[in-house]
Amino acid sequence: MEITGVPAYTRNTNKESRTTTTRHEVLSAVLAAAGAAVTPSLVHGEGHDHDHDHQDAPSDPALRVKALESLLVAKGLVDRAALDALIDNYEHKTGPRNGARVVARAWVDAEYKKRLLKDANAAIAELGFGGTNLTVVENTADVHNLVVCTLCSCYPWAVLGLPPVWYKSAAYRSRSVIDPRSVLREFGLNLADDVEVRVWDSTARLRYLVLPERPAGTRDLSEAQLAALVSRDAMTGVAKVQPAQGARL
Amino acid sequence: MNGAHDMGGMQDMGPITPEKNEPVFHAAWEGRMFALFNAVDVEWPYRRTQIELIPPADYLRMSYYEKWLAALPQILIKSGMVSAAEIKSGNAIAGTNTQWHVLTVAEVATWDVPEPATTKKITAPTQLHVGQRVRARNLNPVGHTRLPRYVRGKVGTITRDGGIEELQDTDTQGLGDKQQHVYTVRFAARELWGDQASPRDSVYADLWEGYLESA
Repeated sequence: MEITGVPAYTRNTNKESRTTTTRHEVLSAVLAAAGAAVTPSLVHGEGHDHDHDHQDAPSDPALRVKALESLLVAKGLVDRAALDALIDNYEHKTGPRNGARVVARAWVDAEYKKRLLKDANAAIAELGFGGTNLTVVENTADVHNLVVCTLCSCYPWAVLGLPPVWYKSAAYRSRSVIDPRSVLREFGLNLADDVEVRVWDSTARLRYLVLPERPAGTRDLSEAQLAALVSRDAMTGVAKVQPAQGARL
Repeated sequence: MNGAHDMGGMQDMGPITPEKNEPVFHAAWEGRMFALFNAVDVEWPYRRTQIELIPPADYLRMSYYEKWLAALPQILIKSGMVSAAEIKSGNAIAGTNTQWHVLTVAEVATWDVPEPATTKKITAPTQLHVGQRVRARNLNPVGHTRLPRYVRGKVGTITRDGGIEELQDTDTQGLGDKQQHVYTVRFAARELWGDQASPRDSVYADLWEGYLESA
């Protein structure tokens, strides 16, 4: 629903919006709520009523999160079972194996591949995946695609699960658009100068998956065996799919 | 907002350090934080705005889920879901929720599966078309926007009409209707970064029509 009564989102100079005060308050609150001893040294050091940042402010995120969860449950704003289900979903159900199935299907079924590149949402729905507004971009001998989200961490959850830490890192988000070839080299991928690099900066509403090239020597593999070769990194564009161990080349 | 989060093109952020066999969550609290942040009944642009309001030095230092932890109390207070006093005390003071939607287990089960077919077709007028040369407008809103700094003022070509999507900006003034076409725009790497970039390479950004003008 549309949130109401939200004050204008103000700049950092507005004390109210600064996290320093909040961190201090939340820290003391949640330590107390979690039953931890609130000592001045744990919270902020005595006499600290100014609002400059403490880079070394001690914190125990586990306790703070626990206290926030307790508060939201007490307020009737979240259902603990739904929280458990969310965690279980992304730890055990929705992950890069989904995307690998999509890729393997595209490799063995030319008609499926056409549908996938034309309307990825309909094509992944055929395999039971959805909920992400997806576009699939194809790597070829001449074109290499790389996916990033420079502004935050947009990623195709339905087919890749939650993004790894490096995808969300400042290093990756900043450099992928200005120097993608150095990023790829860092992942061990040296592209020839005549290969075209296309970088896709994901926005909130549209997400991207790379369809990697099928490696040589995989002609005799089954769809399931092919899927087992496809890595998350290849579907993000920072790697190629390696041939199967012992595959006849 | 022209904040530390708008990172495209920044330099010297160090090496990229992938972790082998990385777990989905590195600690149990990260999973709980992920779930809480996703479960609350607040639109994503407001969640993202609050993350962007984290002071830059903190933003750059904090881990991903530490940022979510810093932002969520503010989101809850600003939306009116909880009071500052409740955050401070950790105890529920005012009455329990009757106003906001509570995410259910059944709803979570629908997240990554195909949505039911809908016959509802949204339309929106547009002045742009695939193949057109466009310039990203030089806009500097203080709220959340999906117009990265590095494309502002730059000229590219529309390669695709990505359909009609809700504008994600928290300040929509001067951007047109809330529902509008999103266009995929190809920017040549040299248009963005000059001669140091490869003449072959390009960056594609999905930009709402309100961000664009004919070039």
